Amino acid sequence: MKEMIAKIVKLITDNQVYRSVFRHGFPTTDANRALVMFSSVVLHLHPVRVRRGALKIRFTWCLGGLTFFFFILLAITGVFLMFYYVPDTRRAYNDIKDLGTVVYFGELFRNMHRWSAHAMVLSVWLHMTRVFMTGSYKPPREFNWVVGVILLVLTLVLSWTGYLLPWDQLALWAVTVGSKMAEASPLLGSAGPFGPEIGMTRENDVAFVLLGGTVVGQSALLRFYVLHCLALPLVSAVLMAVHFWRIRKDGFSGPL
Amino acid sequence: MEISERIKNEAEKTRSPEDTVLVWPNLVYIELICMLFATAVLLLLSLVSPAPLEELASADTTPNPTKAPWYFLGLQELLVYFDPWLAGVVLPTMIIVGLIIIPYVDTNPNGKGYYTYSERKFSMLGFSYGLALWYILIVIGVWTRGLDWSWYWPWSDWHVHMSVTAVKLVDLELIFQNMLGLSPDPVLTLGRYAITVSNIMTWICFLGYYAIGFTLPFLLFRNFFNKLGIIRYNLVMLFFLSMNGVMLKMLLRLTFNIKYLVVTPWFKI
Repeated sequence: MKEMIAKIVKLITDNQVYRSVFRHGFPTTDANRALVMFSSVVLHLHPVRVRRGALKIRFTWCLGGLTFFFFILLAITGVFLMFYYVPDTRRAYNDIKDLGTVVYFGELFRNMHRWSAHAMVLSVWLHMTRVFMTGSYKPPREFNWVVGVILLVLTLVLSWTGYLLPWDQLALWAVTVGSKMAEASPLLGSAGPFGPEIGMTRENDVAFVLLGGTVVGQSALLRFYVLHCLALPLVSAVLMAVHFWRIRKDGFSGPL
Repeated sequence: MEISERIKNEAEKTRSPEDTVLVWPNLVYIELICMLFATAVLLLLSLVSPAPLEELASADTTPNPTKAPWYFLGLQELLVYFDPWLAGVVLPTMIIVGLIIIPYVDTNPNGKGYYTYSERKFSMLGFSYGLALWYILIVIGVWTRGLDWSWYWPWSDWHVHMSVTAVKLVDLELIFQNMLGLSPDPVLTLGRYAITVSNIMTWICFLGYYAIGFTLPFLLFRNFFNKLGIIRYNLVMLFFLSMNGVMLKMLLRLTFNIKYLVVTPWFKI
């Protein structure tokens, strides 16, 4: 039996095609366990070795990694949802309804997307709190903290733009609350301090730019859709790359 | 001191290069377990608590109350106490900028890479205070705000409007004017801005808060000032005083029914 398995494994692995993908054997020896970190684009986020303290859950609570994982879950479920959703005010609501009634696993994917979003907002806050509590932002890691704060803001904006897409009462009015605040921006808003004084009206202020109009309507839905599905995830991905790369370069601050 | 020393020594000990392990399998497996666990929890939540879908969006019917997503409810709760330009724009911007400058104003070299309170009391207390404020406001916004943004207890009837108690909110300058018998006539007019004596007094109170706030620690805790240097000190105090100012304004509104501290034709604080 053992021989047969060994034969099969040899058959699969001992050829040009397999070796072109995986350039070393299974990570069962120390040499291969190091090589897997060098040769895999996903795993190379890690160093080859870490200090024993890195395995202490009670230092990091896995929060940064979990945040990243939630982002990936959101991307996967989000792509699935995009297949069934059209950002048209006449269709959007019914498309979401269809997810619950017509589309196989549609409701599950929508629920997963929503819960992952909540979880990501929460875990990114907790991650920031942890990084503060362990003083991990101190030199030389100051700039990575700044990138982290921007990622935190991006997470909130991503979540908020997604809030509008179901086009139900909850969505419309939650976003209306937000756009009213934009309207009240000092200088940039038509209802804000010194806004009207420098020529801000409802047709040219920052809320108009955000909504593509004076009310939350079709243009706002399209803008939020594009921001939510394309622009903000791209910016986040780039900043995440910077964030992780910096951690690798600077090393972990703690007993890690 | 002893405890923090011990933690530091322990941290130092685990830092020795000999004490390393391979990431595969030691860390990779932990991550895998974390991901599986998180997925399981999310799946369970998705099954027991589906995403809500209300009526089709309609500009004709405004829900009461209109609530932002939960993570913004802290800011929406601030709308009770501040105008939208402050609660929705200036204060969030200050929170973000305040967070960004933290690594540049915290000169304390201790407490890097381990949990400690005793070695960095001020930063720990300050951060926790801000965080607590943020979370408390969210909890209030999510669980106690009902119709007309009134305060509802969990055992209240959430379908009945709270009787509007006749609380009259007054501006600070009117309180000064009435209490001290000052004239409502302006002493100076700048365009639309008619400045009265009581209005000047409110400005003195407002700016005085910052002036005293900036000066007192400088006089009493000169060490603190010297450690930070003038730029860092002023940045720290600006954000710290503003955070406390938010709290103070909320207390003034709740205890003395003060609506605005400072009133101008362009903005009100």
